[in-house]
Amino acid sequence: MTRLVFFAALFAASVGSAGAPAPTARHSLLDKPAPDFALTSLNGQPFSLSGDRGKVVLLNFWATWCAPCQNEMPVFAAWQRQYGAQGFAVIGISMDDDAQPARQLSDRLRVNYPIAMGDEHLGARYGGVLGLPLTFLIDRRGIIRARFQGETDLQTIESRLKKLLAQH
Amino acid sequence: MSVIRSAAFVAAAVVLWFVALPALNAQWAAPSPSSASSIPASQLVHVDELNRILSAHGAERPLILQVGSRVMFAQAHIPGSEYAGPASQDGGAQQLRARAAHLPRKTFIVLYCGCCPWNRCPNVGPAYSLLSGMGFTRVKVLYLADNFGADWVSLGFPVATGS
Repeated sequence: MTRLVFFAALFAASVGSAGAPAPTARHSLLDKPAPDFALTSLNGQPFSLSGDRGKVVLLNFWATWCAPCQNEMPVFAAWQRQYGAQGFAVIGISMDDDAQPARQLSDRLRVNYPIAMGDEHLGARYGGVLGLPLTFLIDRRGIIRARFQGETDLQTIESRLKKLLAQH
Repeated sequence: MSVIRSAAFVAAAVVLWFVALPALNAQWAAPSPSSASSIPASQLVHVDELNRILSAHGAERPLILQVGSRVMFAQAHIPGSEYAGPASQDGGAQQLRARAAHLPRKTFIVLYCGCCPWNRCPNVGPAYSLLSGMGFTRVKVLYLADNFGADWVSLGFPVATGS
């Protein structure tokens, strides 16, 4: 019996492989500090999530092959214009394999917020980006307050962000 | 009065002919080959069934190909599966074609993506069409209603990471 338990534990430990850690439970990120990151935008500008501390941040994971993402992004750009003066910032993270299609699409959609390329490591830090679109709302203190997975009613997101903007 | 009635009848006929009928035809038209809806229901496999196949001792193990996002594959994928996408793009389709080129056409293959809700997935439809067109006769597609995270990972099914 002891040998059986031992080999079972050994087998369990061998499952999975090297690379980014397996996705954690997504709900564990709520009300926790948003993992910081520093990236370079597709326009060549360095930026970091912590650089927007004091603002409400909408962090959006997307990809060029994601049709709902393409519907959302112009709306996010409109919100950037509408709420920017109140301390609101949008950050887009493309989960495409290459930057060129992401750059082309963001230009076509006239995105007015920083877009950077993501990878599996950043995705894993955000609980696993295993479906798109995926959007987080982060309050002025850098705490994740909402998570929206998949095609979401944009009025729901906007309503939530307006409440966060009202908090100082 | 009869003239008015006749005119109304003609107007209704015009609306029916040029608006209603085409709309109805569109609703019943065959889905685009790029749509996940184009995949016959008989060729879909559900997560429970695939897990039974993968868990069964001595059962024929399919070649499992993820035909969506490489970044998502690296975060989490079905153990033993290979990345061969994205099928909606030329480079990904070529990758899939190259992977399958020398396989016996009776190879048991399971395709999956899980990037997006099923009816929004741009990859599984083209992947299935491509392999069917190459003559593969035992291709199944894993049905993931929302995405790989919600329909596989969150349900506790086995996961591997890395490229």
